[in-house]
Amino acid sequence: MKKAIAFKNVKKNYGQLKAVNGINLSIEQGEFFGLLGPNGAGKSTLINMLAGLVRPTAGSISAMGFDVIKDYQNARHSLGIVPQELVFDPFFNLREMLRFQAGYFGKGKSNDIWVDEVIERLDLTSKVSTNMRMLSGGMKRRALIAQALVHRPPVIVLDEPTAGVDVELRQRLWAFVKELNEEGHTIVLTTHYLEEAEALCNRVAMLRNGEVVALDTTTNLLKKFAAKNLKLRLSTKKIFKLPSSIKRINFSVDGDFYTFELKRITDIGKIIAALNNASIKILDMETTDQDLENIFLKLTGNKI
Amino acid sequence: MNSLRNQLLGTWTLLKKELLRFWRVAFQTVAAPVITGILYLLIFSHVLDSHVEVYEGVPYMAFLIPGLIMMSLLQNSFSNSSSSLIQAKVMGNIVFLLLTPLSYIQLFFAFLISSIARGISVGICIYLIAILYIDLPIEHPWIVFLFAFFGGGLMGAFGIIAGVWSDRFDQMAAFGNFVIMPLSMLSGVFYSIHSLPASWQKVSQLNPFFYMIDGFRYGFFGQSDVSPYFSLSIVTLFFIVLSYGTIRMLKSGYKLRG
Repeated sequence: MKKAIAFKNVKKNYGQLKAVNGINLSIEQGEFFGLLGPNGAGKSTLINMLAGLVRPTAGSISAMGFDVIKDYQNARHSLGIVPQELVFDPFFNLREMLRFQAGYFGKGKSNDIWVDEVIERLDLTSKVSTNMRMLSGGMKRRALIAQALVHRPPVIVLDEPTAGVDVELRQRLWAFVKELNEEGHTIVLTTHYLEEAEALCNRVAMLRNGEVVALDTTTNLLKKFAAKNLKLRLSTKKIFKLPSSIKRINFSVDGDFYTFELKRITDIGKIIAALNNASIKILDMETTDQDLENIFLKLTGNKI
Repeated sequence: MNSLRNQLLGTWTLLKKELLRFWRVAFQTVAAPVITGILYLLIFSHVLDSHVEVYEGVPYMAFLIPGLIMMSLLQNSFSNSSSSLIQAKVMGNIVFLLLTPLSYIQLFFAFLISSIARGISVGICIYLIAILYIDLPIEHPWIVFLFAFFGGGLMGAFGIIAGVWSDRFDQMAAFGNFVIMPLSMLSGVFYSIHSLPASWQKVSQLNPFFYMIDGFRYGFFGQSDVSPYFSLSIVTLFFIVLSYGTIRMLKSGYKLRG
């Protein structure tokens, strides 16, 4: 089966700056893929090269098997790109804008039913005759998503679609994108919201300085980087009183709380036994899962 | 996926959008230049009609009309493609076109034809109002059409170049104020170049606008300063060269694709 998207040794230089530095990445059809990284990591450059808005310095990119430069027309038929900026055409209303967009892809009147369906599913029906200028920020964001879908692309790319969007709309957009994925669309998203990538993506790539620093399923990444944290409130606030066997385990202190990074679940037993032997009482205890934020910090040393 | 039918529909959609874009604001894009043209006509003909006869048996007002029509046609053809592109670039919505499978050839033709359409619309309006005042038959309609088409096309292509090149509105305005306006004003709209000193006649003959206006005027009166076929050759040559340059520019992605 053709890859939904394939980046092969892709580089993009702006003078001395290596914005993207030899990225190899394949995304399978039907995946919900997350592209994470701090500002300047190369996420948007990568998306813009895929979209044909920026030309790579080296390497090749394909969408559904079509090279984005040599066979750009077929590649662009395969892609629905939701740009990061809230852009719109002030001369037209929403329905006109969507029909024009479909028309550019060679979709005629027979496609209007689909356009109307997209409008309805994005809850934009009451705004179809409203000039784009008059729509609120949230509406414009939904209109951008609708525009990316009008030609029924198999691959949908969302470049930070929830930046500046309120919580309610964010939830609704994610529910909609999840539905699209369940219907068979490949979804690629870049986001700053790690909890969203964690909740939605099957697989993530983490970028730093134009390079992929981690690429795995979300589950594997979470497993690979410490299964759990053990958070304890102890009867002592003095670190030097902790048994030396415990000090070998990575931990951090926040007020009364000691958070231990568990490599194995059996570490819990060892910690409790050592504390008992040292007559230190456990006043409270909880275990927490490692999250992508922590993994990201470990891999890149940067906060997203 | 990208069949010929899809491509034709894509081009037609962009053309339709560009036509609607200027039609929605016709008060500004058609009515305003028509009013300007008519004002030129009224003022110059009032001042000079009884004093000047450029072509034998042709009143000055009649002489003026084809030049004014062509000047407005050229300026508006330029404005159409250039303003559409600079607005799309500054507003950021150019991305909607760049994400589509529309090729550089499709973009070129859609912008070019809509520019010609706006120029010709303005020209027809000025003509229709002018003939309320003066009898102005067209002696060679095909010549009139060819000059209108190639002149509008030439300026439409130039507008695409200016729109792609400019990053800001003031850069775009500089094209209008320092290139288009002087070239059109000094092209023989208001006079025959035979009335100029020999050195200025030579300078005028370097101005492509002169050939567009002189040839267009021939279509009305059957009289011109230089042979209409020579003018048509010059205009066609400029049209081809500018179109080629525009297509190359669009193909390269200059200032559109990083």
